[in-house]
Amino acid sequence: MKKRETDGSVLKEPNVKYQTSQTTLSEYLRKKRSFIYRTLGDRLFSYFIFALGFIVILTTIVMAIVLYKDGAEAIKRYGFFGFLFGRVWDPAMKIEFGAFPFIVGTLITSIGSLAISFVPALAVAIFTAEYSPRWLAHIIDNLTNLIAAIPSVIIGLWGIFVFAPWMRDTFYMNIYMWILDNNPSFAPIFGNPIGYGIATATIILAIMIVPYTTVLTVDAFKKVPKEQREAAYALGATKWEVVKMAVIPYARGGILAGVMLSFGRAIGETMAVAMLIGNKNNLPFSIIGPASTMPSVIVNEFREAVENIHLSSLIAVGFYLFIISLVVNLIAAYIQRKFSLTGARTV
Amino acid sequence: MIEMSRISKVNNVNITNTEKITPPKDLSLRLESKKLSVMYGSSYGVKDISIPIYDKKVTALIGPSGCGKTTFLRALNRMHDLTQNARVKGSVLLNGKDIYAPKVDPVVIRRKLGMVFQKPTPFPTMSIYDNVIAGLKLVGIKNKLILDEVVEKSLRHAALWEEVKDRLKTPGGSLSGGQQQRLSIARALAVEPDVLLMDEPTSSLDPQSTTRIEELIHKLKKTVTIIIVTHNMQQAARVSDYTAFFYLGGLIEFNTTSKMFTVPDNKRTEDYLTGKFG
Amino acid sequence: MKTLKRRYLHEKIMITFIAFNTVAVLTPLIIILVYVFVQGIGAINLDFFTQELGSPSRAMTGRPTGLVHTIIGTLVVDALAILIALPFGIGAGVMLSEYPDHKLNPVMRVMNDTLNGMPAVLKGLLAWALVVKPMGGFSGLSGGVALAVVMLPIIARSTESALMNIPWSIREAGLAIGLPRWRVIASVVIPASKAGLVTGVLIAFARAVGEAAPLLFTSFGNNYKSSYLLGWTFGPVDTLPQRLYSLAISPYPEWHQLGWAAGIVLLFFVIVSFAIARIVVREKY
Repeated sequence: MKKRETDGSVLKEPNVKYQTSQTTLSEYLRKKRSFIYRTLGDRLFSYFIFALGFIVILTTIVMAIVLYKDGAEAIKRYGFFGFLFGRVWDPAMKIEFGAFPFIVGTLITSIGSLAISFVPALAVAIFTAEYSPRWLAHIIDNLTNLIAAIPSVIIGLWGIFVFAPWMRDTFYMNIYMWILDNNPSFAPIFGNPIGYGIATATIILAIMIVPYTTVLTVDAFKKVPKEQREAAYALGATKWEVVKMAVIPYARGGILAGVMLSFGRAIGETMAVAMLIGNKNNLPFSIIGPASTMPSVIVNEFREAVENIHLSSLIAVGFYLFIISLVVNLIAAYIQRKFSLTGARTV
Repeated sequence: MIEMSRISKVNNVNITNTEKITPPKDLSLRLESKKLSVMYGSSYGVKDISIPIYDKKVTALIGPSGCGKTTFLRALNRMHDLTQNARVKGSVLLNGKDIYAPKVDPVVIRRKLGMVFQKPTPFPTMSIYDNVIAGLKLVGIKNKLILDEVVEKSLRHAALWEEVKDRLKTPGGSLSGGQQQRLSIARALAVEPDVLLMDEPTSSLDPQSTTRIEELIHKLKKTVTIIIVTHNMQQAARVSDYTAFFYLGGLIEFNTTSKMFTVPDNKRTEDYLTGKFG
Repeated sequence: MKTLKRRYLHEKIMITFIAFNTVAVLTPLIIILVYVFVQGIGAINLDFFTQELGSPSRAMTGRPTGLVHTIIGTLVVDALAILIALPFGIGAGVMLSEYPDHKLNPVMRVMNDTLNGMPAVLKGLLAWALVVKPMGGFSGLSGGVALAVVMLPIIARSTESALMNIPWSIREAGLAIGLPRWRVIASVVIPASKAGLVTGVLIAFARAVGEAAPLLFTSFGNNYKSSYLLGWTFGPVDTLPQRLYSLAISPYPEWHQLGWAAGIVLLFFVIVSFAIARIVVREKY
């Protein structure tokens, strides 16, 4: 009864409202609109939206142009490949620049961290998507999402004051002593046990990208149709057999794309790596000794660069970083498209 | 394929919801549900269903959508164990033994009751060959000779062999919808189940493929017991020997198909079959 | 033949392995959160929220120091970033969702994801080249531009998915009563997806507020409050992540503790915006 009354008043109101301007509701709706409102409005609005949206495309293009233009001095002086494969980076004495040490450092740390983190990330994803009860999955899901959002500097801070000293005292020192006692010729390859270096940075990087890979893998698992799982169960499969037989194969495209995106993340990860890698600009690197990556050298030297060629070289490093990131992201996009997934989640 | 000793002979079948159907003497009971209920939380999906399933016969489950026929079917191979808030009461006797008895492992049960789903479910990344042997691989059968033989036999049973024998290594996802469904059937048959459960197996297929599946069901019942859920009454009439009519989560009538479609015992069955509701 | 017993043994081993990994992954991250809190809580006091940092001697001689200028700076720079990124991000999201037939849409979706995947340090270089260089100095504005580029693809994506959540029938209902398409989008679709839009901005904020790399050479950092109001925009400005970095690599133990405290505040920003975003989403859907 009460509902009816409100229904009536809703119907009544517009009539009252528009009668004051001498039109009923139906007349109001049938009223002929101005040309601008009907046709031009749509067109102008769409142009306006396209113009705003186009900034996304423009930003990426401008980024490429700017990085190339500001890095041109270095690229021209040393050559495109000369700079890429130049093994010396010496801003102080010889004033000579080559990006190769940083490319090596970036590839080692990111591939290493991916290798460390892939299986655990897959395990967490399997646990949340297939094994854990819903409430626990919910908690872990929120936790991984939150952890993926922890700022890089905070992890770097912890790394500097807690993790690196701990690694040094617990592992590096002991292994180093053992090597000195047993096989001293191996010591330079292992590196000095100062705590800050490739190994520490790689492990920290792995800790940082695990939640990211996990979130993307869980997304891929969620897209596996219920029927696929049930079909496997109906054949008499145990839970793990279902995961192995139906879930992982079906989600492999999404997992692969997730790995690619995580790789892109690892390549570009800056602050924690810059704080922990020890910043050594020249090859050769050792296993636990200091090194540098492309982002870390930009962050460490950009503020102090005085020479034009130094600044230009740093931006050129950024340009190469741009190209690598672009390629990695495009591959990820291609994989996602090929396996017809609906796209990356913005974590 | 079937161990005769496991089959319990039917002497007196107790059908609660239906009246006086006397099974012929030569029929044996393969599967039987006794007062089977499935609950979601506190509401019933189906309630107190008792049906006998005869060996090497086709039993059709019909009724309007939402009547619980699929819910019942899924209770027969313990698929509800996978749904978090679903509970099953009552018992299902497979060859005389309750599959819901404590200590009975659903993994074992599901091997004995193969299942075919509404949508074809080949594993898209596996080849046709691997799809068929997926169930055998689980128990670790690796002998190539055995596997080859099983693949050919199952695909022949599923009337798919002639179409795919030259491309067994191509992915299962590359087949047409009807072929995919027959591949799913072959996969279910490969583990030699006692019973084949089919959940609206033709609802996503074109008429031609549907006909082929129906022909297939006719052939298959020589070797395996089949329970088929269908929303299509003509299909039930064409393929089944026995029919169970479900309505609002309850069993209204269980009868031989010929009797059900000519002189049903129950008024509501007649109303449904003549299109007065549903 | 594999016996059932063996298969279940395998199952048990896998469960153990998976559970072990899950614990192994979550533990260090929880340790980090606990560490930041325990180490930093001692430096959280009234001074922390009311005083400037000043020179290192100020902390070493025990005079009151704090990061009030850093917190204000963070809010200013991130607010600028949201102001800059919001129209473009929403525009891009509307384009992706409402004009799915547009030729450029596939390109745009890929470009948006690519931009999102670009290292933040490059976004800093972009802002440095576009704003700092022409203006001749580091500024809060350039930091805002850098973070806006960080936020832009996130807002675009979440706007798209928020709009996609609105069923097509609602748009058709609007068109059916004679509203032109732009009115349907502007006064039906966008208002209906308000919660989703808010979520997108919050997630973008949570992500951008922790970025230090692009700010090091845009807003640069500042040990003091800006002496004039516009200085927050046109002069060098302190921000939490960049300050945290400087404090962490400084040689002064007093500053290290301030760094941990800055970590608490930064985490507070991230977690709160993240939590609100989650709650908004849950209430809505």
